[in-house]
Amino acid sequence: MSLVFAQNLQKTYRSGEVDVLAVKGVDFTIEAKSFVAFVGPSGSGKSTLLNMIGCLDHPTSGKLTVVNTDVATLDRRAAAEFRGKHIGFVFQDFNLIPVLTVYENIEYPLIMVQAWPEAKRRKQVTRLLEAVGMSGQASKRPDQISGGQKQRVAIARALVTDAKLVLADEPTANLDHDTAYRIIGLMKTMRDELGTTFVFSTHDPKIMGEAEVVFTLEDGRMQQPSAKAVAGHA
Amino acid sequence: MLNILKIAVRNLTRFGRRTLLTSSLITLGIVGVLLFIAVSGSFKAIMIGQFTDAMLGHLEVHHKGYVASIDSLPLNLNMQPTMVEKVDQVLKKVDAVESYSERIKLGAMFSNFTETTSIRINGVDPVKEAATTPLLPGRIIEGSKEGALIKPGEILIPTVLARGMKVKVGDTIVLVATNRDGSVNGKTFVVRGILESISGPSGKDGYITLNDARDLLRMKEPEISEIAIRLKNPAKLDQVYAELSQELSGIAGKQGQSAMAGKGGGAALEVHTWADLSPFASIVRMIDLLAVFIKVMMVSIVLISVMNVMVMAVYERIREIGTISAIGTPPGRILSLFLTEGLLLGLGGAALGTAISLAVIYALNVWKVSIHFGMQEQAIKLSPSVSASDVVTIAAMVVIMALLASLQPAWKASRMDPITALGHV
Repeated sequence: MSLVFAQNLQKTYRSGEVDVLAVKGVDFTIEAKSFVAFVGPSGSGKSTLLNMIGCLDHPTSGKLTVVNTDVATLDRRAAAEFRGKHIGFVFQDFNLIPVLTVYENIEYPLIMVQAWPEAKRRKQVTRLLEAVGMSGQASKRPDQISGGQKQRVAIARALVTDAKLVLADEPTANLDHDTAYRIIGLMKTMRDELGTTFVFSTHDPKIMGEAEVVFTLEDGRMQQPSAKAVAGHA
Repeated sequence: MLNILKIAVRNLTRFGRRTLLTSSLITLGIVGVLLFIAVSGSFKAIMIGQFTDAMLGHLEVHHKGYVASIDSLPLNLNMQPTMVEKVDQVLKKVDAVESYSERIKLGAMFSNFTETTSIRINGVDPVKEAATTPLLPGRIIEGSKEGALIKPGEILIPTVLARGMKVKVGDTIVLVATNRDGSVNGKTFVVRGILESISGPSGKDGYITLNDARDLLRMKEPEISEIAIRLKNPAKLDQVYAELSQELSGIAGKQGQSAMAGKGGGAALEVHTWADLSPFASIVRMIDLLAVFIKVMMVSIVLISVMNVMVMAVYERIREIGTISAIGTPPGRILSLFLTEGLLLGLGGAALGTAISLAVIYALNVWKVSIHFGMQEQAIKLSPSVSASDVVTIAAMVVIMALLASLQPAWKASRMDPITALGHV
């Protein structure tokens, strides 16, 4: 059973007086435990697609199923609940909460989104801190760690609720090459260890090479999957 | 909830200077209001005390219609002896009454044998009058304060009259009065003391004994113009007023008139509070109105400053709101996070403001701040105090206002579209 299934997916934005068709009849399937990249130039519809998969936005038409749920029908509250339960997010700008420590940032979804008991929370956060190699920085605030470390914390935060799917919009855009590779490597490791599906967007050709499945978008349309993607996916 | 509290505290400390400034505004507002209530309350109590304890008493009983014509001191509206006796019986039964003093009020000509002027006179029982208006002896600025307030044949005169007529303590003067039948009588008196003149009704009256007043007016029967009453607890004024009105309602007039007239009312008698008789009551009402106005100002300060902080907090944290919303934080929890921040601002300001206010009020009581009024020898010592109910009401008002002020920004934060918020620069 595929984790994400999209059929003839469309998204139209209203920009002033003009309707802009951002995603034009896209079909794709993402299998569980895969490592997927959406690639394409700016304005190609990558982020719009990720937003729809992440239930942050609704498709204008077409079918979109995520974790066996027709997410197009979810209202605001249900969408928030769905995200909290099944989806983790990694942002380009890390988006850690500045007043919380590394530990507390990772713990945050377990308190504010789900209500895990203290002992269970501690165990989970400690496990993820170790997994992303941030155990020694647990008590630091985001402004006391580097960009790469922030993204590690963000990945741990995305995984802490045992999300089935992690969506990362340009997760390496603000990192240098070495750090970017290490972050992609970490995401892949997490996928291998935890079985979480990772879907990320990028326009960096070297980074997209790390993906097992690559969907290329151009002007809102899906191009034919690359040979590597097909092979990797087979 | 504890975690929301923890995050809210951290968010407030994140912008420490702004939080401090807002809390200081709230604190200042509370301090201002509580101090105003405490000091104006003390001032009010002292001023009321001056009127009730030096002149009027807390309540007064008159024959119906007397107060309406009080400027002419109508002798034909005096209370008859049977009526006075009945009032006397009632007052003895009412436990809240500490003392009472019967008075005969009259207008007379005052002569120093070379000049003549008019004077209002109170004929009183010195012991009862001193018990009912205990500050009266304190108004004697010349002459002996020792012993009885006045003795037969003696008179206390107001300082304005003494000065104008060049009369000193020990001088002999003549009072000439017309009785209710129209006949004129005169009597000599020795000036026992000179009273400080104070503003308000009876503030420039002279005092002689009750029997001297009766002699002067050639009264056939021991009539009384008014009965001043002092209460054990002035705070129970309204309660005692109602009780006395009820009790005295059965006393019939000369022609068998039925019910008594409370602040108006039916027939033979009228009961009035000091506030009905003194123009200062309107000043008291103005002080109360001023307190309300200051409370409204404080509420506005709290409302505007907390709202300003919370609007700024939401605006500055739009991306953060987008993040927490994207990772699945329910809108209700985002709302409670911002409401908690507003609540904490209010609580912090209220707690600090209350603590500072109470400390200042305590210090004012320790330092015994005094105020001199007119020519009074003794300064009035302010003893500001604030009731627990006032403290709780003001603090609760501030906290509720802080909560209300943060409601709109919190609501806005909770309804924010995560994509728009995440894209905010």
